Amino acid sequence: MSADLDQLENQSIYILREAYNRIDKLAMLWSIGKDSNALLWLCRKAFFGRIPFPVVQLDTAMELPEVYEFRDRITKEWGLDLKVEQCPPEEEMDQTLPPLTRAAARKTEGLKNLLRDHAYQGVMVGIRRDEQATRAKERVFSPRSLEGDWDVKDQPAEFWDHYKTRFPEGVHVRIHPLLAWTELDIWRYSQREGIPIVPLYFARDGKRYRSLGEKNITFPVDSNASTIDEIIAELQVTRIPERAGRAMDNESEDSFERLRSVGYM
Amino acid sequence: MPHSQLRIVIVGHVDHGKSTLIGRLLNDTGSLPDGKVEQVREMSRKRGMPFEWAFVMDALQAERDQGITIDTTQIHFKTKQRPYVIIDAPGHTEFLKNMVTGASQADAALLVIDADEGALEQSRRHAFLLHLLGVRQVAVVVNKMDKVEFSSRRYEAVAQEIKDYLAELGLQPKAVIPVSARNGDNIVSRSEQSDWYLGPTVIEQLDAFRPQQTSPDQPLRLPLQDVYKPDDRRILAGRIESGRLRVGDTLHFSPTGASAKVVSIEAWNHPEAVLSAQAGQSIGITLDKRIFAERGHIAHHQADAPTLAHRLSVRLFWLVSDPLVVGKTYTLKIATAEHRVTVEQVTAVIDVEDLSSTPGKAVRRNEVAEVVLRSRSPIALDLASDLPRTGRGALIDGNDVVGGCLVVEIEDAAAANITEVSHTVSLEERAQANGHKGGIVWLTGLSGAGKSTLAMALERALFDRGWQTFVLDGDNVRNGLNAGLGFSSDDRAENIRRVAETAKLFADAGMVVIASLISPLKSDRARARVIGGERFHEVYVAADLATCEERDPKGLYKKARAGEIAEFTGISAPYEAPDQPELVIDTDALGRSEALAQLLDYVDETLGKNSLKSEKELTYVI
Repeated sequence: MSADLDQLENQSIYILREAYNRIDKLAMLWSIGKDSNALLWLCRKAFFGRIPFPVVQLDTAMELPEVYEFRDRITKEWGLDLKVEQCPPEEEMDQTLPPLTRAAARKTEGLKNLLRDHAYQGVMVGIRRDEQATRAKERVFSPRSLEGDWDVKDQPAEFWDHYKTRFPEGVHVRIHPLLAWTELDIWRYSQREGIPIVPLYFARDGKRYRSLGEKNITFPVDSNASTIDEIIAELQVTRIPERAGRAMDNESEDSFERLRSVGYM
Repeated sequence: MPHSQLRIVIVGHVDHGKSTLIGRLLNDTGSLPDGKVEQVREMSRKRGMPFEWAFVMDALQAERDQGITIDTTQIHFKTKQRPYVIIDAPGHTEFLKNMVTGASQADAALLVIDADEGALEQSRRHAFLLHLLGVRQVAVVVNKMDKVEFSSRRYEAVAQEIKDYLAELGLQPKAVIPVSARNGDNIVSRSEQSDWYLGPTVIEQLDAFRPQQTSPDQPLRLPLQDVYKPDDRRILAGRIESGRLRVGDTLHFSPTGASAKVVSIEAWNHPEAVLSAQAGQSIGITLDKRIFAERGHIAHHQADAPTLAHRLSVRLFWLVSDPLVVGKTYTLKIATAEHRVTVEQVTAVIDVEDLSSTPGKAVRRNEVAEVVLRSRSPIALDLASDLPRTGRGALIDGNDVVGGCLVVEIEDAAAANITEVSHTVSLEERAQANGHKGGIVWLTGLSGAGKSTLAMALERALFDRGWQTFVLDGDNVRNGLNAGLGFSSDDRAENIRRVAETAKLFADAGMVVIASLISPLKSDRARARVIGGERFHEVYVAADLATCEERDPKGLYKKARAGEIAEFTGISAPYEAPDQPELVIDTDALGRSEALAQLLDYVDETLGKNSLKSEKELTYVI
C-alpha cells in the first residue's frame, strides 16, 4: 500500500500546476540529487511528459564526476531544457563566513546572478521540511526580495492550498513542491516509480553519500546500504541526521541559518 | 510499509500545558533521544524546580542547532499504530496567521484546557478557528487534573462548558480526556486516580482519529487549474475536490453551462488506460468537443450542480491590520476561480467569548465575522456545510491573502431581491414565429479588417429574408449606452460587458444580434461568451495588420503611428486572436461577397429554419 505516496504526489502536482499557471517566468533548480530528481519526475507527470520551463543547475565545477555524467545522460534522455549557471568564485564571497560555508555561498550568488540575468519570477526548489530546522518553517510559495532575503518572522498566510502568487516588483518567489515529503518518502517513491538515481547514494566499501553536495564540502557516511531497499531499511532505524555529511551545516551553530537568511536554498 | 502519518495540531490558551503535553507524548512513546530525560532533570534541578516536561522542547531546540532533525515546527513521533507529525502553531505577534497556516494542514486537533481555569479567551478563539478551518476531529484535553485532586465534579463542569461551546459551532469533541501531563496520567497509560473516567487515553484517542479524506460519493467537483496542449491533445487539468468521474461521463461546466463527454483520463508513464478518478487526484482529461473552458471553471455532473451566485454570506477570519470595510472590493478565490467581490454588509462581528454578535462597518485583525459579499460575475460555489472544498475561499487584497471564509448562505437568482419574472412567451415560440433562433454573432478583429462592412451587409441580407436582426456597432454604442466610458483597460472591458449584456437581451427577444467590436482581449470575449451562453457565436474577421493599415478606412492607423492615439490595437496594444472561434473569415483571401456568403451560410445553418426542425423533432422523440 502506498496511498500516502499517492497523496503526496497529487499534492505536489497540484502545486506545480499552480506555479506554472500563476507565475509568468519560471525555472526549476536541479541539484541532480535524489530530491530534485523526484521533482523532475513529478513535473513530467504534471505536464504529461514535457517540462514546460527551463531546468537550471547552479554549477560550482566542484560536483563529483558521477553527478555530471548523470546530468548529461538524463538531460538527453528526458529532453530537458538545461541551463548551467556558473557560480562566481569563492574569493568573491563574504569573507566573514566560515570557510566551508563560504564555499556553499557560491550557489547563493549563482542563483542571484541567474535571477538578475533572466528575470525569473519564480524558481522551484526541491527542499523538504524534515531536512533541516529552518526549512521546516518554510511556506510552499515563499517570497524573497531581489537580494534573496527571507523574512522568516513575517511570512504570508497559507491555507486550503491558496498560495501567495502576486508580488510587487523586484520580489521573486521560491516554490517548494516537496515541502511535505520526508527523506523516507523520497526513497520509497523513487523505488515505486523507478526514478534514476546517481550511483553515489549506494554504498561502496562501507560508505555512501546520504546527501549529495560539492566534493570539497560533502562527505560519505558509514553505511552498507547498496540498494534502495537497504537504504529504506537503514532510514527506518537510523538516528543520524540526513545532512551529517554536509560540512557547512555543522561548521558553526548558525552557519546554515546565515546561509538561508541571505538566500541559500 | 508505514501507515499514513496523521497530522495533529495542539492548541489552547497560553500556560494551559501544550508544551508539557508534547514533552510527555514524546517521552511516553519512546520518541526522545537517549539521555534527554537526564538532561531535562538537570535543567530542572538547576532552577530548583520539580521535573519540568516543558523543558523537553527547549532541550530539543538546543539540539536542533547542532543539526539533529527534530525541531519545533514539526515534531515527529510514532505510536504502535502509525507515525504522527505534531504541527506546532505558536507565535504571539503574528499569532493568527501562523496558527491558521499550521492548523489548516492538520487532520485532527487537541484542545488543551487547564482544569482549574477552564476555557479562557484563547481556548475559545482557537476552537472557533478550528471550526472555520474545517478541522472536524477535535479532542479536548482537560489538563492539570492533579491541581484539582482529580475531582470528577470539576472535570464535568469544565467538560460541559467546552462541549456546549463547541456544540454551538457544530463541533462535537471525540473525547474530553482528564489528564495530568506533568505526571503522565491518561496520556499513554490509564490513571488510577480517575477511575470514574471510562473514555480513551490521549494515545488511544490519537490512534482513533482518521486521516482527513474526501468521500468519492459526494457530488463531483473538478475545478480547472489550466488547459495544456502538449501535442494535438487538449488536456483540461485540475484536482478533483469531491466525487468521482469516469471516462464516458457527460460533464457540465459552471459558470459557462458548456458540456462535453470525457474521452480519456490522461496519465504519463502509466501503461494501462485510466478509466476513473476520484477526490484528491490531480488529473487531466480530454473531451469529445472543443468547448470554451479555462482555469476557474468547475466541471460537475448535471445532477447536483454547484449554485451560481452573485450574492453570498460568508463567515470569515481577518488576518491583517488593514480592516475589512463595507464598500471595499476584494478578490475572492474559491478553488481556482477568482472573482471581484464588494463587501455589502458586515452582518455580525462575532465575540468569540460568548458567540454573541453585533453588526458593524468593519472587521479588524484577528476578528471573525459574518459578511455579505456581492459579485458582478456569477460565482459557481457550494455551501461549506455541503462541500467544504468548493464552499470556502481566500480573500485577496492587492498582493496579499488577507482573510479566509466559509460560504454559509447563498442567494441564487431565484431568491434574490431581483426576482426574474418568467416570460409567458417561450424562446421556442419566438423562434417558431420568427422562423429562426435568436443569437449573438460576435465579430472580432483588427480595426480595418472589415467587421463593420460585413456586419452591415449581413444585417441587410438577413433583413431582406425577413429575419429579425440588428447591428450593435462598437463605435455607435459609445455615443449612447456607453457614453460615460473612456478608453482605459477597465472601461474597455466594461464597454464590452455592456454590449454583451445588451446583445443577450436582443437575442432573448428572438433577434439575431450582430455585434461588431475589435474586442482585442481573450478575457473580455470569454466574459461575453459566459453572458451569451450557447447563443454566443464568435466570428474572427481575420486580416493582416499590414492590409488593415493600408485600408485604414477611418484614418486611425495614421493617427496611431503619429502617436496621436494611445494604446491603439495592433500598433501599441495587443490583439489576441481567438483560439477556437466558431468561424474564421479571412478578408485577405476573400472578396466582399464571398466573405458575406460564408457568414450567411454559417448563420443560416446554426440559427435558420433547419436548426429549428432538428430540435423540434428531437423534442417529439423525447
